[in-house]
Amino acid sequence: MTEYLTTVGLEVHAQVNTAAKMFDGCSADYAGGDPNTRISVVSLGLPGALPVVNMHAIELAAMTGLALNCTIQPVSIFARKSYIYPDLPKGYQITQYEEPLCTDGWVEIEGDDGQPYRVGIERVHIEEDTGRLLHMPDGSSLIDYNRSGVPLMEIVSKPDIRSPEEAKRYFQKLRQILLWIGVNTGNLEEGALRCDANVSVRPPTQQKYGAKVEIKNINSFRFVERAIAYEVQRQIDELEAGGTIVQETRGWNEAQGITVSQRSKESAHDYRYFPEPDIPPLVFDAEWIAARVAAMPELPDARRDRFMAEYSLSRQDAELLTTERPVADYFEATVTAATSVGATARDAATWIGGELFRLLKDHNEGTEQLARRMPPQYIAEVLELLGKQTITRTVAKQLFEESFHEGSSPAAMVAERGLKQISDSDALSEVARNVVEQHQKVVAEYRGGKSSAIQFLVGQMMKATKGQANPQLARETLEALLGTPDSAA
Amino acid sequence: MSELHQLTITQARAALDAGETTALELTEAFLARIAHTEPQVQAFLHLTAEQARAQAQAADAQRGSATSPLHGIPLAIKDVICTKDVPTTCASRILEGFVPPYNATVIERLERSGAVLLGKLNCDEFAMGSSTENSAYQITRNPWDLERVPGGSSGGSAAAVAAMQAPATLGTDTGGSVRQPAALCGISALKPTYGRVSRYGLIAFASSLDQIGPLAWSVADLALLLQVIAGHDPRDGTSAPEPVPDYTAALTGDVRGLKIGIPQEYFIEGTEPGVATAVQRAFAVLQAQGAELVEISLPHTKHAIPAYYVIAPAEASANLARYDGVRYGVRQPGESLWEQIERTRGELFGAEVRRRIMIGTYVLSAGYYDAYYRRAQKVRTLLKRDFTQAFAEVDLIATPTSPTIAFKVGQKADDPLAMYLSDVFTVTANMAGIPGLAVPCGFSEGLPVGLQLLGRPFAEAMLLRAGDAYQRATDWHTHRPTL
Repeated sequence: MTEYLTTVGLEVHAQVNTAAKMFDGCSADYAGGDPNTRISVVSLGLPGALPVVNMHAIELAAMTGLALNCTIQPVSIFARKSYIYPDLPKGYQITQYEEPLCTDGWVEIEGDDGQPYRVGIERVHIEEDTGRLLHMPDGSSLIDYNRSGVPLMEIVSKPDIRSPEEAKRYFQKLRQILLWIGVNTGNLEEGALRCDANVSVRPPTQQKYGAKVEIKNINSFRFVERAIAYEVQRQIDELEAGGTIVQETRGWNEAQGITVSQRSKESAHDYRYFPEPDIPPLVFDAEWIAARVAAMPELPDARRDRFMAEYSLSRQDAELLTTERPVADYFEATVTAATSVGATARDAATWIGGELFRLLKDHNEGTEQLARRMPPQYIAEVLELLGKQTITRTVAKQLFEESFHEGSSPAAMVAERGLKQISDSDALSEVARNVVEQHQKVVAEYRGGKSSAIQFLVGQMMKATKGQANPQLARETLEALLGTPDSAA
Repeated sequence: MSELHQLTITQARAALDAGETTALELTEAFLARIAHTEPQVQAFLHLTAEQARAQAQAADAQRGSATSPLHGIPLAIKDVICTKDVPTTCASRILEGFVPPYNATVIERLERSGAVLLGKLNCDEFAMGSSTENSAYQITRNPWDLERVPGGSSGGSAAAVAAMQAPATLGTDTGGSVRQPAALCGISALKPTYGRVSRYGLIAFASSLDQIGPLAWSVADLALLLQVIAGHDPRDGTSAPEPVPDYTAALTGDVRGLKIGIPQEYFIEGTEPGVATAVQRAFAVLQAQGAELVEISLPHTKHAIPAYYVIAPAEASANLARYDGVRYGVRQPGESLWEQIERTRGELFGAEVRRRIMIGTYVLSAGYYDAYYRRAQKVRTLLKRDFTQAFAEVDLIATPTSPTIAFKVGQKADDPLAMYLSDVFTVTANMAGIPGLAVPCGFSEGLPVGLQLLGRPFAEAMLLRAGDAYQRATDWHTHRPTL
């Protein structure tokens, strides 16, 4: 069997995170109310209604373009895309066609070879979402126009993606960036982010791209990978069997894990694009664009690299702490608190990446409110108590968890509950005597030569002290009490 | 004093302010006149008599505290402008029974000024036509000769004024639709600069060309109306932020030193000699008043009609895509959704509307876009340039409004191309976005002829000043048909 080259381009539709819709003052929270309660004469496309551009949406789309290394066009225009469907109340969608807002950028992902790889961005343009059809059991359909007119960005990649895995990483990277700059909720299940994939294959000897098949409406990272993998294999099988690939649109069938033909090129729509006469061209001067550049936060990759350089974090830790912007912010706040008590950035990274993430995961919590949930100061307090050996690592973990649950200061809890490490040898001697008393059988084993039995006894001492015993001292106290085990045994 | 229904707004204002009449009395006079003349004229699609009486009573109650010149003045509105809780049909079957849940911005502004709404006026279906014969409901007659058309598409708006059913009306002008019927009905009308009056609530025909404009007997009345309806509207992205001057204060009667361009391309074969003669006499009047006449050239004029009939239908084809019977208006039943939509659109749009949707769809289709739509846009740019260059030399441009006087009902109904040429002198202003004023300037074969004045963008004040000066020197705008 011949090897084939895979070529993929993704068109990602991302809802722009604005309070109001694209062309009227209506709430964009389409899922937040009953059907047809987030509507106006404009989003219903009533006769005589006119669209007025939500400049906040444009600003967020321009930010997106800049984050994706695009050029913001000084003049861009809206266009009408005509097709008839009941969820499209005007009979055309307002979008951008010939002169989009942003052009010619790139996004860096990790290529399949492990090397950084740039996927080109053709364009980022802005458009409006449609309403939604609800198909009823009796065969009728209802229309909900709540989503009609919600602002969308379409982010079109160049055909630079070389595998289903790269497509998935590209889609994930886009989500990370969009969330990072606050332009999208990243919620794939709710459709806030969805993508179409253009897939073709060709033998390596062939220069020209193979016929392009578009897979519509993929709404998860897993499916983007699976749908493309399926489609690549389908095309290869077809070619191997002596067939040809026809340019067409296919849908991803989740249940069966296959793509299904929807329409061929011949029956493709003629959308009859033309400039939208109701909306004047968008004109941005250099000053406006410079202000957007100045407002751009440090982006995730740059921040990851800085974390590695500035805080000596491993690449893995730096990646983990920059997956989401609130985490990165939280980490840096914690670093400030931790270094002021003599701990290191890496200590902070360890506690956040380890204990805190485990707790969040166990309790199925997000990272949005981290600083309120577990104030950086609390982590610093734990680090300080540990650094001064006031508490043991075991106590520290307990303390951390309790602080997470109760929202109280670890230092205060130590002071209140006497959780300080017991390093007092008199106190420990008494505990040791009690343990020995209660576990004569184990003591006998130890004395009989099973030296590892002392671990059990240390454990009992920790239990008796609720973890506050200094484990090293506990062991020494026990050894002093029991003497050396019988070496003869 | 004349009978109340013969008054202009300016006269009615004076009578109201002098306490010689009341808004209610005035309203009743026009309602009575409508009842008397409507069987012949057929200008109204919907009367709002009860609402009018209530508004008039409210106006009378506020008397003394009101400041707007339109306070208590009855008006009527072309049926393509949305009126809350009042049927708005665009003279189309497809919108039969459609009651908008909102008011157009111009209606809000009129209501705020205390104007009284008499009803909604007939027009060509979706404003597509030049004779009002394309209305799906009725044929409006020219009050000067009931055998003849009132022009269009705002034929109902012009006929209602000429028949003295209302002292003034609002129409819309996409290619001449307030100026041409005003000329044919012997009244005055203004198409403002594109963006001067909000289009919010105006049911779109061709969005880049449509503009709402007033029709009345005198230019002084047009100034009063424009004052109320003009101004920036945040709900219309194409509405202009330019400040609105005091139009009435601009009416000084003085045209001395104004340079008026006479474009050679507007005196073409096909213009009736009677029209040309009346218009030439009007030029002479303006010259006698101190204006300087200058021959100019607008070289791309002959391409205006073909380019207009690409751009306007292209925009219309998209604007009218929403009428599918799914959400509002009339729905024809079908076996499937698609059959329902096909039947609704196929059966409820009239022939001219369907023709323009088909032309528009064609010129935007893949493979034809560059040859038609893009080229027409280039012509539009050249037309704009013609005017920019001309207005570097002259202050105003004077032309005939329509090449003909009112034609007979049915005369051009089967010849769309002949009908399209009715707009040959008026479409250029829409293509260039500039303001245009039509004023009556005489009679030919006993029927009115209109003079057109064109101005620079947002130069309405100067246009109105020239038109008003002309009316101070002439009495054509005071002639009334016998009806």
